[in-house]
Amino acid sequence: MTDQAVADIGLEQPRVPVGSIRRRGTGWWGVLTLILTEASLFVYLLFSYYYFAFQSSGGFLPDKPPSLELSVPNTVILLLSSVAVWWGDAGVRRGRQRQLVIGLAIALLLGIAFVTIQLFEWREQTFTLRSSQYGSLFYTITGFHMAHVIVGLLVLAVLLVWSALGYFSGRRSAPILIGGAYWHFVDVVWLAVFFTFYITPYLRG
Amino acid sequence: MTLVDIERRPEIARVSETDRAKLKTIWETRPGLAGFLSSVDHKDVGIRYIVTAFVFLILGGVEALIMRVQLAKPEQSLLTPEQYNQLFSMHGMTMIFLYALPVLSGFSNYLWPLLLGARDMAFPRLNAFSYWIYVFAGIFMYAGFAIGAGPNDGWFNYVPYASRQYNPGMNMDFYALGMIFLGISTSVGAANFIVTLVRTRAPGMSLNRLPILIWGTLTASAANILVVPAVSLAFFLLWMDRQFGTHFFDVSQGGQPLLWQHLFWIFGHPWVYAVVLPAMGMVSDGLPAFCRRPLVGYTPVALSTVATMVLGFGVWVHHMFATGMPNLALSFFSGASIVIAVPSAVAVFAWLATIWNGRPVITTAFLFFASMIALFVIGGVSGFMTGSLPVDWQLTDTYFVVAHLHYVLIGINVFPVVGALYFWFPKFTGRMLDERLGRWNFWTMFLGFNIGFLPMHLTGLWGMPRRVYTYPEGMGWDWLNMISSVGSFLFAFGVLLLLINLAVSLRRGKVAGPNPWDAPTLEWAVPSPPPPYNFDVIPHVASRHPLWEDRLQESEARTSLTEGYLLDHGRETIGTTPLDGDIDLILKMPEDSYAPFMLSVAISAFFLALLLHWWWLAAAAGVATIGAIAIWLWPEHDLGQTADAGHD
Repeated sequence: MTDQAVADIGLEQPRVPVGSIRRRGTGWWGVLTLILTEASLFVYLLFSYYYFAFQSSGGFLPDKPPSLELSVPNTVILLLSSVAVWWGDAGVRRGRQRQLVIGLAIALLLGIAFVTIQLFEWREQTFTLRSSQYGSLFYTITGFHMAHVIVGLLVLAVLLVWSALGYFSGRRSAPILIGGAYWHFVDVVWLAVFFTFYITPYLRG
Repeated sequence: MTLVDIERRPEIARVSETDRAKLKTIWETRPGLAGFLSSVDHKDVGIRYIVTAFVFLILGGVEALIMRVQLAKPEQSLLTPEQYNQLFSMHGMTMIFLYALPVLSGFSNYLWPLLLGARDMAFPRLNAFSYWIYVFAGIFMYAGFAIGAGPNDGWFNYVPYASRQYNPGMNMDFYALGMIFLGISTSVGAANFIVTLVRTRAPGMSLNRLPILIWGTLTASAANILVVPAVSLAFFLLWMDRQFGTHFFDVSQGGQPLLWQHLFWIFGHPWVYAVVLPAMGMVSDGLPAFCRRPLVGYTPVALSTVATMVLGFGVWVHHMFATGMPNLALSFFSGASIVIAVPSAVAVFAWLATIWNGRPVITTAFLFFASMIALFVIGGVSGFMTGSLPVDWQLTDTYFVVAHLHYVLIGINVFPVVGALYFWFPKFTGRMLDERLGRWNFWTMFLGFNIGFLPMHLTGLWGMPRRVYTYPEGMGWDWLNMISSVGSFLFAFGVLLLLINLAVSLRRGKVAGPNPWDAPTLEWAVPSPPPPYNFDVIPHVASRHPLWEDRLQESEARTSLTEGYLLDHGRETIGTTPLDGDIDLILKMPEDSYAPFMLSVAISAFFLALLLHWWWLAAAAGVATIGAIAIWLWPEHDLGQTADAGHD
């Protein structure tokens, strides 16, 4: 039998995958739509920030803008956690279950570190949620991001459990791809948030 | 435990009664309450959407009638100003959010897999979930109204009036949380349509063969994915301002009330297209069946659907012409708004040409579809007028705008939807709606609508502002308002005739058979109502009009409906490549499940807790939500989601 058996009516009868196979399943497309709508949410959040920044007649920024001291290392930590997820996924694609488990565990720990440091970062600020427009925007937008990180950590935790239970193989690992894509998205969005709050204050003329 | 192969050749079969019986066992939903709460069948979900949307249509309609009684004569006191505020806000919110899109989602949920040649939507459980969230969010907002705390600031809810300082009750909290809640339903529904289109079309169903309804719903869904977050965010920021003392909209503290308007209308205007493009698609697919010829200009109509939406992202400021923004910005948005007339005109001329070149069979459905063209032109011209800056400055916030938006929304949504009911009711139920009652239905609705709303253009031009609970005598608006009120009751009577027709025909209508209109598309190839598995075998599509191939003689190729992929190893459908629709994999479809319902209950509890500041309940509901999602997504062996020893 050839690989392209053809029936009487001329309909192809190829051997095709069954069920959820990496990018060919529906789940991959599902997470893309989720990322698209979530990315839109952050576009509107940052639009609100820049709207205030441009409409204000000075005095919008706080006297002491958030410092780079904690936020730069924290950004690096978050990006490293993305690398860990990618590394674990690369492992399972070659059938290395242990690499997947280790990768996810490292990513989870780095993510928890990010959240912890971010909580210190929140406590450091001289402004509050209610003290000014800037404070409202800072805590709402970083809060939205924080909520996404926490959801992402829950996703990573569940994936870690599933991986440890040996659910995945090279081809049957769509959940890793899907959860991983969400985590990468959360990390990339942080770069936009980070740029807005931590870098743009230095770009004023 | 059955083994799920990692690959297989899909069996090709000429279907037999045994296969049918087997497919039925595989796909059938249990009877009774258990089935009701756990069904994920797109046909069940679709019908529920339509019925629920009609319940909201009736509620919103009754609200409108009460207002028309109040406005029939000057200086009436049936309603207090606060009652009137809540009524017009509830009316707008109900019609726009709880009727107009959900009713189209209902039709699309029911029809998409049938039109595309699939056995269900891409994510059946997500589909059930989006319905439950829609119902619960609707109940949530109506619960506020029932205890006297409905929205009272119009459906677009401008700040600062919506801020706590001016609106201390719970009205705005119900509305704000309710809209964020409803946004979940809209977003996941839209995602489901997009993925369904990309992955589950029958082999051969390439993009240039999609029915226009598919183009309409696809375009609307893509827009919703991008813009629903804007309105959810706006309502969230409002809720933060009201409950946690942030300063987004609070002018006295340097807040920006115009930010509300931007976020709202960045969502709001694309939404207007989202609630008309699928309905225009219904007309594009329905008219050809009655004109006995294919739609004239399929490709331009499909492209103009997409073009309308693309332009529609850049017109939101035309709702804000009177806010004092710079003239340069206003001119840009005015220009963009006027340009939308071009793709709209493409559709109108395509429909006219289809009728002109066809041999129209005048049925009730045809009358609703064809009259929509006239109403669309009237609504389009008044839209063109208000899209022009100087004209809008004169007309904004008058009854002219009320006339315009009702011509657009009733004309391009309600009329096609009622036409679609006459067209597809036989498919849904196996019985025809009564044609004689149908004519009465059409003419009372058509005359009632025009008597009600045509005079409002003049009322507006003569200066009557919208959203006033009464008006003094001698302004020259008395008789116009009386005519509008009479027309609105006639229109409502027409809707009542529709309901009577639906109720009577459901039991006593003529038996329809698979294809009572001799229409060309795939949904008419299956029995009415369709079996739970839709198609005996996955069709192999050869043209845009699978059932008219013999008479159109466009090519030698024929669509195969009786022989094709059987797919009977549990619930399965074919996954195809995104552009060409070539076979790519076998998709395993989930069984019926309580997870969507349970998750919706947990999320409802969460929103209730936020409303009442019951943080312990919020935490518990949050945990329940996470748990329900984890259970839902737990990899299942039978769906081919886990690794099997010996198979990889």
